[in-house]
Amino acid sequence: MTPHLESYLMLSAALFAVGFLGVLVRRNTLVIYMCLELMLVAATLALVAFSRFNGTEDGDVFVFFILTVAAAEVAVGLAIIVALFRMRRTVQVDELNSLRH
Amino acid sequence: MEQLAFTALSALTLACALGVVLSKNAVNGAMCLLLCLAGVAGLFVQLHAYLLAFVLVLVYAGAVVALFLFIIMLLDMQGGRPWRPRGAGIAAGVVAAALLITGLDLLAVRGRLPDAAPAGHAVGSSLKLYAYQLFTTYLLPVQVMGFLLLVAMLGVIVLSRRMAEPGDTR
Repeated sequence: MTPHLESYLMLSAALFAVGFLGVLVRRNTLVIYMCLELMLVAATLALVAFSRFNGTEDGDVFVFFILTVAAAEVAVGLAIIVALFRMRRTVQVDELNSLRH
Repeated sequence: MEQLAFTALSALTLACALGVVLSKNAVNGAMCLLLCLAGVAGLFVQLHAYLLAFVLVLVYAGAVVALFLFIIMLLDMQGGRPWRPRGAGIAAGVVAAALLITGLDLLAVRGRLPDAAPAGHAVGSSLKLYAYQLFTTYLLPVQVMGFLLLVAMLGVIVLSRRMAEPGDTR
């Protein structure tokens, strides 16, 4: 017996929620970034499940694009974090408050 | 059998996702992320998206997590301070969780979702199908992605050069 589409969507929602919780709760910029990746993967899982259960390829092709964007995003984001660390000597978000008025 | 595999893989994925969020040490978090991605790749295999499972392992587990580990070790960071929730945050979190649970419940009770389509094509033909889609329907997005990658590469090169110091006016 194969699992239903509902189970995949529930799992995807749960993964997204866990990732979002991490973004809200954690103070370390790199861990926040990993949680963002988790949220992207959760959306990917939902797309692949929809694609499989509808019998089309479009969701799968979109996942390709999501993976590409995620790779580019990680490269740029980590470069920003390293540049930030060079200037401020910290990556904790509550110490990075120079934009606070 | 498939149900059993799905349960095991989803339990692994969720547990490792929680590990990413809760682990004190950033390296442990990255390792949990790796396991979580392996679980998601297993789920992709169950959904007959073999190529995507392969690409996920290659790009995410191979490149992204390795990059994360490099940066964690480069910055030599300590774990963050423990989290202290405040009143408004707790209230907002409870409301958000209630909304999410209501939505999922409605989906489970009232949703009319299709059953799985009959198992499709073999791996090779599916690969051909992807290529066909990428070079016909999605040709413009492919070009835009290529441009995005170029821009990201240039951005990383610019960002990773030595920046001026905060007090340095040059």
